[in-house]
Amino acid sequence: MKILVCISKVPDTTTKISFVDNDTKFNEDKVQFIVNPYDEWYALVRALELTEKQGGTITIINVGPADNDQIIRKALAIGANDSVRIDGNSNESFYVASQIAEYAKTQGYDIVMTGKETIDYNGAEVGGMIAELMGVPYVSHASTLDVDGGKATMKRNIEGGYETVEVTGTFVVSCQKGMAEARIPNMRGIMAARTKPLTIVAPVNVAQLTSIKVFTLPPAKAAVKLISPDNVAELVNLLHTEAKVI
Amino acid sequence: MARTDLFQAPDYYLVDDLLTDEQKLIRDSVRAWVKKEVSPIIEEACQTATFPKHLIKGLASVGAFGPYIPTEYGGAGLDQISYGLIMQELERGDSGIRSTASVQSSLVMYPIFTYGSEEQKRKYLPKLAAGEMMGCFGLTEPDHGSNPNGMITNFKDAGDHVILNGAKMWISNAPFADIAVVWAKNEHGVIHGLVVERGMEGFTTPETHGKWSLRASATGELVFDNVKVPKENIFPNVKGLKGPLGCLNSARYGISWGVIGAAMDCYDAALRYSKQRIQFGKPIGAFQLQQKKLAEMITEITKAQLLSWRLGVLKNEHRATPQQISMAKRNNVNMALEITRNARQMLGGMGITGEYPIMRHMMNLESVVTYEGTHDIHLLITGMDVTGFNAFE
Repeated sequence: MKILVCISKVPDTTTKISFVDNDTKFNEDKVQFIVNPYDEWYALVRALELTEKQGGTITIINVGPADNDQIIRKALAIGANDSVRIDGNSNESFYVASQIAEYAKTQGYDIVMTGKETIDYNGAEVGGMIAELMGVPYVSHASTLDVDGGKATMKRNIEGGYETVEVTGTFVVSCQKGMAEARIPNMRGIMAARTKPLTIVAPVNVAQLTSIKVFTLPPAKAAVKLISPDNVAELVNLLHTEAKVI
Repeated sequence: MARTDLFQAPDYYLVDDLLTDEQKLIRDSVRAWVKKEVSPIIEEACQTATFPKHLIKGLASVGAFGPYIPTEYGGAGLDQISYGLIMQELERGDSGIRSTASVQSSLVMYPIFTYGSEEQKRKYLPKLAAGEMMGCFGLTEPDHGSNPNGMITNFKDAGDHVILNGAKMWISNAPFADIAVVWAKNEHGVIHGLVVERGMEGFTTPETHGKWSLRASATGELVFDNVKVPKENIFPNVKGLKGPLGCLNSARYGISWGVIGAAMDCYDAALRYSKQRIQFGKPIGAFQLQQKKLAEMITEITKAQLLSWRLGVLKNEHRATPQQISMAKRNNVNMALEITRNARQMLGGMGITGEYPIMRHMMNLESVVTYEGTHDIHLLITGMDVTGFNAFE
């Protein structure tokens, strides 16, 4: 089994978000970056579980500059076999998906795995676009993945319940909670990651279809207003006119 | 029910920029492991004075045992800063857990690697690195603490083996250790190191009970009553006090990092509490006296980080002197102890409970400020280094 796991570099979950250049650019100063948790905890670890049981190889792919090598090394330390970094620099979904699809379609992967979304831009688009560009089936938001011979079975979370999907042949799946348990890299893994291959591939020319015009932070939390218990009329009035909930 | 571990490490001077990606990956992995495996169980382990033996396998897997020992002997072949960062993260969890790893790495694996024969290295190091074998270190005696040269534990030549007699005290890991690296005098009064194995007749390890400190770490005595130790268990490559002191240099360096972890944990808990605890209508963090404590804590933590980092660079270059290591051990342990005490005050009554890690760290550090050279002894080492006068005796 040959699996490609797509990983993205995202700000740590405790990052204080701010913007620069007239709110058109995320401020990366002092930000710690991590592997997107959906990619790492679910896609990569499930890929490891499958190859550990059934044999096979896992390749990590990331689209981004040399700074991203640190998160690729972490994915290798967790257990992937080798890695590819497409040396482009864009967070636009179509650009990223095009680069991955262009690379993947010549490599004969059985499964291409992504997280259900990245925790920074939350686009949830790349998986679907890769599938479309490769001309293969796409299963989104899967919380289980089992492979038996040439057939893969996945449970998808849908509104109010689940559906079970079966796919044969190459496919793309986006993974979410439930698929696996996060793994912590151990020392052997970290040492092994030093010598695992990281291939740098030049990006192909792809038009940037969208661009971000401005970021806006949500309004700061307002102070709590305390209303005296005997002033119900005032409470109702404020809930109606200010909070607009009744 | 264990509290969720909300720890966020401070990095006021962006010290992370001084670390390599691999050092950060190692640090973050140990941090994640501590959150997952140590934090949920450590309070109960301390309250019940139980060493959480089930953690040994995990400690080995995150590289806590002999990380700087070369890979050919089962170590990870890492640099000294990586070793320090591992100690920092373990002690962020608990000084007792860090002590177990310090002893295994610096006081057992280090001397076997540095002073041992090739056979000794091959026999012990891979198993010690994997946590399949645990070790302890016997230097301190009931009547000889700061003055190890006065030790009375001794061995006498008896053909193909020696006969060892004496007793060691305050030995971390002793109650469960498979081997002990023991320092003893021969007939001529010269100190040698030898490996004593559990099961050798006349060798016992009674546990020390009733500690108010390092309660999650097992401490005991080593008692030698005419123990026959094969001569091949004696380290061939060292004699005199410089043997054990070399081990202590390595351990003390690790401690200088370790205690930063304990200090960070207390600072982090106190900072969070100061934003949540409301008195006189506002968070206590808004009052000047509390800010003074927090500001001084983060200042001292930052200074300690830079001290240990620089010492790590010097160690990597084989330029760190024992005197420089003494300075870092003394300064950083005292820094951490002061922080635990101030953090405890900030939390008021909550600070004395097991709901928060602070009092546990504080009690642990009372041992750390004493073992591996007391606070006062390290001061005299610095004093002698700068003046040239020996004020020990």
